[in-house]
Amino acid sequence: MSRSTPPQQGGFIPRDRDWQPDALTPAYKTSVKRSPQAALLSFPTTLSEETSPVFGQDMLGPLDNDLIHNYAQPGESAIGPRIILHGRVLDEFGRGVPGALLEFWQANAGGRYRHKKEGYLAALDPNFGGCGRTITGEDGSYELRTIMPGPYPWPNGLNDWRPAHIHFSIFGHGFAQRLITQMYFEGDPHIKLCPILGAVKSQEAVDALTALLDMKRTVPMDSRAYRFDMVLRGRRQTYFENRKEGL
Amino acid sequence: MQRLDYLKETPSQTAGPYVHIGCTPNFAGIDIYGGDLGTALKTGPVKGTEITIKGTVYDGMGMALRDAMIEIWQPDAAGLFASANETRGEADPNFTGWGRSPGDMETGEFTFETVKPGAVPFPDGRMQAPHITVWVVARGINIGLHTRLYFEDEAEANAADPILTRIEHQNRIPTLLAKPEGDGVYRFDIHLQGPQETIFFDI
Repeated sequence: MSRSTPPQQGGFIPRDRDWQPDALTPAYKTSVKRSPQAALLSFPTTLSEETSPVFGQDMLGPLDNDLIHNYAQPGESAIGPRIILHGRVLDEFGRGVPGALLEFWQANAGGRYRHKKEGYLAALDPNFGGCGRTITGEDGSYELRTIMPGPYPWPNGLNDWRPAHIHFSIFGHGFAQRLITQMYFEGDPHIKLCPILGAVKSQEAVDALTALLDMKRTVPMDSRAYRFDMVLRGRRQTYFENRKEGL
Repeated sequence: MQRLDYLKETPSQTAGPYVHIGCTPNFAGIDIYGGDLGTALKTGPVKGTEITIKGTVYDGMGMALRDAMIEIWQPDAAGLFASANETRGEADPNFTGWGRSPGDMETGEFTFETVKPGAVPFPDGRMQAPHITVWVVARGINIGLHTRLYFEDEAEANAADPILTRIEHQNRIPTLLAKPEGDGVYRFDIHLQGPQETIFFDI
């Protein structure tokens, strides 16, 4: 949250567990032994969940949101179709979330991550690190530049491929809003085949993770653009006599 | 009739096997940013009792996870959060309250150098026992898991804690208790499933 933003009080509205993926999704095999089996314990949010750390613009470098250049040698750039990704971080009431920290990571244009445990034979791009970060503006908007990540095979079923995607980690204004998700690209035929995306329960929810080509924000002879909005949980603000600090 | 439409929270997805690339890139071997966020909770001399928390995340087969990311969030020794939403006072300026650990590359053990948190009130005014919010993501976890670390040596406060007392299966409470190991070190292991499954929260 930017330091000029006034404090926000009040509890978060409950998470919709019918909309969010279940813990156990056997088609995604790793979930089988990593999913809690007991019911989650519900309780109203307290200050521990209604607060979160402050991330300021002063923590970021000028190229942190430019994956084409933030790991490249001077004068060089990452290989692949150049894209601009932009959108807003909103809460469930449609209010922009300013000062949200977004961290993102992805495979390179060939579908390979810069990680020593990565086993895919696609080439590494020496000018591509695959990570970036930014902080949303006063209206919750953000923008980054990167290259289109490639789809890649992974060991789950014998022939499973991940659709092209970008991972997002999002810090809003309370720890209850903490979220990690993945963004997909309109038109990718792997979307409906992917066991990880299959953990998402409805087509509407899959669509919420699928960015649209945005020709209005395209830069001619340079970059295409995609738009991706993210929604964090909403906070109640109403004053009640029996709960003066907000609900 | 009008429509009662609100936006839906963005669906969560697994952090995948390479969450460290995005959240602790320097740890993952990507030399960028000049350091990873959340590596130090203490940025100078801090008030209160300094403690170390160690733990490991285990899957349902008892295997240690080596691809998890653990985050903690807590108040300072006086019970104040270093947050823009803290209205009760000014938190210790040398304490961030937020830590992030990828765990050891070989063993998966995570470590946080922090301070013993002060007590924070429940919404109804009762005091909660000192606790730390813990959040776990990893490959295979479709939505990040919230839990809390309480301290085994705070028996009196734990017995009155508004959340611990509402847990139906009281025999599971030890899964939320960090155990002293001497020299200010506490152990807090997390079990994702099985007979020792940690109590996870829907908050």
